[in-house]
Amino acid sequence: MTLLVIDWWLILEKALLIGGIIGLSFFIAMYTTLAERKVAAWLQDRRGPNRAGPFGIFQPLADGGKLFFKEEIIPLASNKFLFILGPALAMITALITSTVIPWAAPFITKGGNVIPMQVADVDMGILLVFSIVSVGVYGIMIGGWASNNKFSLMAAVRGASQMVSYELPMGLCLIAVLFMTGSLKMSEIVANQVQNGWHIIYQPLGFLIFFICALAECNRTPFDLPEAENELNFGYHQEYSSMKLGFYLFAEYINMFISSAVMVTLYFGGYDIPFVNEASWGLSSFWMSLISFSVLMAKISFFLFLFLWIRWTIPRFRYDQLMNLGWKKLIPLALVNMIITAAVLLLLNK
Amino acid sequence: MNITQILFWFLSVVALFSALMVITNKNPVYSVLWLIVTFFAISGHYILLNAQFLAIVNIIVYAGAIMVLFLFVIMLMNLNKETEPQKNRWLRMAGAVAGGCLLLVLVAALKDTDIKQQQAMVNGGSIGLIKNLGKELFTTYVVPFEISSILFLSAMVGAVVIGKKE
Repeated sequence: MTLLVIDWWLILEKALLIGGIIGLSFFIAMYTTLAERKVAAWLQDRRGPNRAGPFGIFQPLADGGKLFFKEEIIPLASNKFLFILGPALAMITALITSTVIPWAAPFITKGGNVIPMQVADVDMGILLVFSIVSVGVYGIMIGGWASNNKFSLMAAVRGASQMVSYELPMGLCLIAVLFMTGSLKMSEIVANQVQNGWHIIYQPLGFLIFFICALAECNRTPFDLPEAENELNFGYHQEYSSMKLGFYLFAEYINMFISSAVMVTLYFGGYDIPFVNEASWGLSSFWMSLISFSVLMAKISFFLFLFLWIRWTIPRFRYDQLMNLGWKKLIPLALVNMIITAAVLLLLNK
Repeated sequence: MNITQILFWFLSVVALFSALMVITNKNPVYSVLWLIVTFFAISGHYILLNAQFLAIVNIIVYAGAIMVLFLFVIMLMNLNKETEPQKNRWLRMAGAVAGGCLLLVLVAALKDTDIKQQQAMVNGGSIGLIKNLGKELFTTYVVPFEISSILFLSAMVGAVVIGKKE
């Protein structure tokens, strides 16, 4: 009698894919920290870190080593379990969002098996990402509250209300995209763009709103109010030290990476190669997967650069400005965008 | 026992245990966090029934948005053992009796319904997928659906009115 029937090949395949994607997320996040300092230096006419290795390429390792060996301080009056849970949650939610993103064109083995380069192509697709992002608030809230520090609590409340507010216009922009694809599946969103052209052509306003919201969701400048140093000292992770602080900072970079990937998939054709019909090249599927993956990575790198560029160019918003922008400008704009999209689609179909 | 059954028992135990922790915990922040765990377990049950949309919406709306508001209030009020008003014993007993009565009524009401004859469709059925659910909602059940949306609108207007009062 067999107790459990498990498709071990599927488990192996998915485990490899998950491991690869998590490794990739960490790698990209690591080098985004270096890129951040290099871009900052470049914009401020400095050289940036250049001591560790040639051009400073080992700088992230040095930073990580430093964080690991720092003394770990847990405040006596803090809530110990929640204090540790906070950064862990921030990290876990940042990593889980990568599950539904299609990373490359599907790979077809010699036996004819199609291996999708996506951990799970679930029916809910993009909504799954939204649900995990909405749970990601708890990492900040729990950490800020458990620190037992007024500044941390204020920052956590700010961060959470900012994220909840900016999820709304983001979702409204998403609805306009879903009108065009008719499906929530990430694979079909990409397939629709390969066929009919990228969504950025049809949804420029939607993309702009989505991008602003993505900045707010990642707590990046100009929306980095949860860690506004001049008002809140260091924000929700003020009491954190050592690798727990590292987790919070690192989760932000992973969030940037994943939200860039989501934006590319929704508006910039995902792994699609622009201006050419790659199906006519007659390359083997291995090379196709590899090329499409590098194209996706190139697009993501551009967005990561955009994040950094904005951080070192635009000053921080005030809190009431942030809320006004979110509720009184972005939500009505996104609603109008949604209604216009719906009306145009209705006219074209009839 | 297949993997669906294992998951069912696991999720049931998690849901019941975390629900018990919600009501037995003294610290209200812990209660809210356990309630979030409960919602996740229930979402897991929805996924077992292939009601994917319901599962995701349950997480987005309840675990993601409403519980954040709960946490806001509780964290800012800073409730803890010292400041919490001590309820007297009679009030507790009255609560237990009232809760017991509610349970009794529910059991009596549900005893003879035909729910217990109907088997849940586990791992199959596609009505929970977004396309079928949307079609069903906007054709068969369009009137109740729209009426409930008016309910939401009135709640929203009410909130704005209360917020603007000063």
